[in-house]
Amino acid sequence: MKRFRRHGQESQRDRLKQELFQFNKTVEHGFPHQPSALGYSPSLQLLAIGTRSGAIKLYGAPGVEFMGLHDENAAVTQVHFMPHQVELVTLLDDNSLHMWTLRGHKGLSELLEIGRFTLTGPPGAPPSVTRVTAVLAHASGELLLLGTEGGHVFIVEVPGFRELEERNISLDQVAASVPDDYIGRRNLEHVEALQENPINPNQVVIGYGRGLMVIWDLEKQCAIQHIPATQQLESVWWTEDGSYILSSHSDGSYCRWMVGGEDVNEEEEKSDIPYGHFPCKAISKIIQLPTEEGPPFLLFSGGMPRASYGDRHCITVIHSKTHVALDFTSRIIDFFVIRDGLQHTGDPSALVVLVEEELVVIDLQTDCWPVIQTPYLVPLHSSAITCSHHVSAIPLKLWERVITAGELQHTHYSKKPWPITGGQNLAPDPPQRDLLLTGHEDGTVHFWDASGVCLYPLYKLSTAGVFHTDTDPNDNMNQGAEGEWPPFRKVGCFDPYSDDPRLGIQKIHLCKYSGYLTVAGTAGQILVLELNDEAAEQTVEAKVVDLLQGQEGFRWKGHTRLDVREEPVLFPPGFQPFALVQCQPPAVVTALTLHSEWKLVAFGTSHGFGLYDYQQKNNVLIKCTLNPSDQLAMEGPLSRVKSIKKSLRQSFRRIRRSRVSLRKHHVNNTAKLQEANARLEAELAEMELAPVQRKIEARSSDDSFTGLVRTLYFADTFLSDSSHNAPSLWAGTNGGCVFAYMLRLPPVEHRADEPVTAQPAKEIQLMHRAPVVGIVVLDGHGAPLPEPLEVAHDLSRSPDMQGSHQLLVISEEQFKVFTLPKVSAKMKLKLTAVDGSRVRRVGVAWFCSSRTEDYGESGLTVLTNQGDVHVVSLPHVKMQVQYPCIRREDVSGIASCVFTKHGQGFYLISPSEFERFSLSTCHLVEPRCLVEAPLHSGSSNQHRSQPDGASSAHRTRQESEDAGKKSVRGFKESQ
Amino acid sequence: MNKNHRVQSSRSLSAVEVKSKFGAEFRRFSLDRSKPGRFDEFYGLLQHVHRIPNVELLVGYADVHGDLLPINNDDNYHKAISTASPLLRLFLQRKEEADYTAFGTDSLTRKKNTVLSAVLLRPDANRKKPPVIISLPRDFRPVSSIIDVDILPETHRRVRLYKHGQEKPLGFYIRDGSSVRVTAQGLEKLPGIFISRMVPGGLAESTGLLAVNDEVLEVNGIEVAGKSLDQVTDMMIANSHNLIITVKPANQRNNVVRSGGGGGGGGGGAASGSSGRSSDSGASYYGYSSQAAAASMPMHIIQNFPVDELESEDEDLVIEADGEAEPIRRAPSNYSMPSLPRYEPHLNLRAATTSVSSSALSINANGTLPASGSSGSLSNTNATSTTSSPDRATERRSLEEDGTVITL
Repeated sequence: MKRFRRHGQESQRDRLKQELFQFNKTVEHGFPHQPSALGYSPSLQLLAIGTRSGAIKLYGAPGVEFMGLHDENAAVTQVHFMPHQVELVTLLDDNSLHMWTLRGHKGLSELLEIGRFTLTGPPGAPPSVTRVTAVLAHASGELLLLGTEGGHVFIVEVPGFRELEERNISLDQVAASVPDDYIGRRNLEHVEALQENPINPNQVVIGYGRGLMVIWDLEKQCAIQHIPATQQLESVWWTEDGSYILSSHSDGSYCRWMVGGEDVNEEEEKSDIPYGHFPCKAISKIIQLPTEEGPPFLLFSGGMPRASYGDRHCITVIHSKTHVALDFTSRIIDFFVIRDGLQHTGDPSALVVLVEEELVVIDLQTDCWPVIQTPYLVPLHSSAITCSHHVSAIPLKLWERVITAGELQHTHYSKKPWPITGGQNLAPDPPQRDLLLTGHEDGTVHFWDASGVCLYPLYKLSTAGVFHTDTDPNDNMNQGAEGEWPPFRKVGCFDPYSDDPRLGIQKIHLCKYSGYLTVAGTAGQILVLELNDEAAEQTVEAKVVDLLQGQEGFRWKGHTRLDVREEPVLFPPGFQPFALVQCQPPAVVTALTLHSEWKLVAFGTSHGFGLYDYQQKNNVLIKCTLNPSDQLAMEGPLSRVKSIKKSLRQSFRRIRRSRVSLRKHHVNNTAKLQEANARLEAELAEMELAPVQRKIEARSSDDSFTGLVRTLYFADTFLSDSSHNAPSLWAGTNGGCVFAYMLRLPPVEHRADEPVTAQPAKEIQLMHRAPVVGIVVLDGHGAPLPEPLEVAHDLSRSPDMQGSHQLLVISEEQFKVFTLPKVSAKMKLKLTAVDGSRVRRVGVAWFCSSRTEDYGESGLTVLTNQGDVHVVSLPHVKMQVQYPCIRREDVSGIASCVFTKHGQGFYLISPSEFERFSLSTCHLVEPRCLVEAPLHSGSSNQHRSQPDGASSAHRTRQESEDAGKKSVRGFKESQ
Repeated sequence: MNKNHRVQSSRSLSAVEVKSKFGAEFRRFSLDRSKPGRFDEFYGLLQHVHRIPNVELLVGYADVHGDLLPINNDDNYHKAISTASPLLRLFLQRKEEADYTAFGTDSLTRKKNTVLSAVLLRPDANRKKPPVIISLPRDFRPVSSIIDVDILPETHRRVRLYKHGQEKPLGFYIRDGSSVRVTAQGLEKLPGIFISRMVPGGLAESTGLLAVNDEVLEVNGIEVAGKSLDQVTDMMIANSHNLIITVKPANQRNNVVRSGGGGGGGGGGAASGSSGRSSDSGASYYGYSSQAAAASMPMHIIQNFPVDELESEDEDLVIEADGEAEPIRRAPSNYSMPSLPRYEPHLNLRAATTSVSSSALSINANGTLPASGSSGSLSNTNATSTTSSPDRATERRSLEEDGTVITL
């Protein structure tokens, strides 16, 4: 009977769990790691990026994004949208072609792979015959032309991928017609480029690697014209009116060739090496676009003088007298130009450049060609991310002030709206405003709008100004000297070089109610900042805190303290530092927390922790947690490297010694010799294989870094007696120790002059000595205490002070609940002893039921070193759910994880991308968007991206066919 | 002082005459056979009549066969009352001094000096439950040992490395390897975890219970199959204060009794050294199906050592600001033993009996006692131990353990 009832309760609990928790990876924020291909559909207004890991990502209007992953783990080398369709074709490194489509499903579009294809050559042919090097999605939308390494062009019907063998253009056919005097006719090499005639899709130009270009008529299946360029071909462009072909070459030159005319020996009309005289690098791509009135735009990438600027990544834009070499900080993958007008046939409006680390969009219609701020694909890693901090439900006031401060920083951006506008974002408006703060290696903190699908940069804070650094910040302004040639202009924000690694941000804490922010860095610096809407000039006084407290016998071998500027510094509107603490020794700050109501900041390093009163600007408490026998913590980061070196050296010595001893050994019989050799070999093999061993040893107080402070926590609770609650500070160390201090705050009216005091109250040594990674006090109802000032803003969150409070100590191995004020163990959940995983990240979150709006419960969100996420119930510390989330080998991903207060989380899947996941059934931020097949009225029908104004009878016919087909397609999709 | 708190015994059949012995003292009283009440009431009554309100007791009685059987729950209490003819003889022992070996129905485990001279030896089929308390390991000085020999296949060995209170390092290394096992598909090579090295002078080596190339199968009752080396490492370290590893010894020759040393260092060469990493095919030699073992094992894992019992060793230390150090008391819900309810006497009897005064362990709530000499390094910090619950020997032990805690 009892058993039966319990069973019923369990199933009820299971149902509740289903209503509360579910795991989804929802969206990837940031910039795709290692992009390798770019595609654009003017008709869909969608951008596609392929990556080296085989991902394909589509972006349209902000919020419209799709992601697909090829099953093959091969790089995407080319992406081509089928003209006027919702299909796109990708070419992978393994020579396979894939057809993707955006299919409507329940009112939303989803990206699906609908076909794959690999060219099969004649039996016995070398693989190069079918190795695809150039792809042309034909304007008809029915054909793909595939140029190969063997010099053939295969024609394939899509979407079925049916080879049309009779229409293939073989190398022999072409070679036969090549003029005898063409020097390269023996070996035309691979097909480098395929382009169709913008005004006559039946004509395509085939550019061979050796330089020869052939204009081929697809209908008549014959060559119309030969263009005998003699330099290695890099790219081909057919101008919009169809009368010229531009070719770019590996020597940094480009040529313009007249099309048409019966004259077979057409001479190049114009040839130029733009950055000539000295040898230049190749021009990898060239585009020329007309304007309504005035001269055309000429854009090309590369072509820089090899010796002096060979390492630059440049795109040159020439329009009339303006000539700029846009200088990017990373390698250029590809670029395209967006054009004005409903049919995207007007003047060039924006240049979109995909470089290896970011996407840069340049406004070509505003003077000086300013950069347009990207709403997505923002490089999170403009400087390497060192930490992150998430703040949920930002009050509107703070939100607006941050945005205002950010807008003042964005003045150099173009005012133009984002030019890529495909698809509709159907996602509901985010229920609340969330901020994600990322700390960076260069001492900056970036504020991101993390409410929705687009992680949008709001504001950037730099802490470097407080300190003297080796380089003057004004150096970077890259004001090119007048008359410099080439006329470089730096664009993009990816700047991985840090002036001083000590500036790196390690911990961030923002109070969303008061606008106080504290950030702590690599060299033991802790800054307290306040949001100010006006610029202000002020001196930041530094307070040095000696965390060693007289501990002797240690030498700090790490970096020195940062040098503080003593003169007043002008801080722009935004967060302005007003207090600075510098730890001595200047070790990395490992824990940080701020209590805006009490105006206190607590910080910890591997040596101890301190409490700082930022109203009175003095120290309240300093506690050294260092174990006297812990040399490693004292010496700083260098000694570890040394020990690795030492162990390497030792192992080499061991090998050598064993060899020597063998040689010395008097071996008189061959069998023995062989045996010895075998043994030596086995020994060496073992060393090479490096059999991984793990030492099993109980943790002791003598272990290294036991004093490292892992977590700090403020709580208003019953620390010493059960009738009076009082402010308290809790600190947890790597050695499984928890220190509790009772704080005495003067009454508000005397807050500025009477001192704050801290009394040691309790010390808990966890028997299992595992690092303490989290401390939470639960109120009388078992709910976590609210944040400082939270009650003042929302009375419903006031904690229960009647019932007895409980202390939850989260170590890497266990979750343990103690009673308060008398600390006695009440409940625990063992993690490591049971499944061998350890807690890496933990957060407190509120989970709402998906079924009934008024039910919710708080829980702990936990990430383990195995990459699993768990939810642990509060206050009973019972395991609720477990999902695999991150690969266990992905150490940086696990280390970067940050949880939100509503059961979502972020972690880095690459240096530049956050994956967002959700454990909640209610709080999900995922793209929901719709892309409709372009239903163009008779007017829209550019083939390729640049149709022209001139129309011919032929074209009109084509258009109407196109339109008809499209509507049928649209109809099918709507089914 | 009149200690004869004697209850009038009625000679009628409905009454059970009880003679209760605690130490050298006897008490006599009677109970209503038809309404014996609950065990906790009875327990309280015993504490009351012996005037030992705060002493935890083990209650035993002599059954008709002369066996000494425990009374620790309602069932065996009622059994004892119903079978008493007519005298129920009780034997009370202080829990921390209890000699558990005295209990039992099996003559093999009974010592010669058993209180009763048993005449009839036969298994008692009437008893529904096996005696819950066979032994309480925490009342002994734990040492490393081979355990669960009776329930494990003979190719396996379960070793308990008892680190508690020793200065010796655990001292061994583990590595990845592969072992050959018999499965439904025939012989299969599976990844496994092996002991790779012993630290000279460490606990693992000195006990001689583990050897290099032994395959680790379980850690504290949890199978390691499918877990990574790092996971197993973390599990072992998390359990390091009382580590129980089930291994399949590389050397299957002397499976139960081993002399120390083992094949470490590869000096032997011929036998174990050459077999190297994948030395483990013992299962097939012995015709033993590891599948069956795997299936049956989890049920028995903690038979001899209940998990909760192990946990009682795992006690944190709290240092109060005024210099008091105390091990954290465990909340009652976590007691491993079916905890004996304490009887609150109606009269506040002064603990005047001799039996109480000798014990430093039983203290009234919130009373403080100067730490005795056994609390080791703590004594020099003038720490006093404060306990609010009946104390246990283990708590005292953990005090000794954690004497290294930094003083405030």
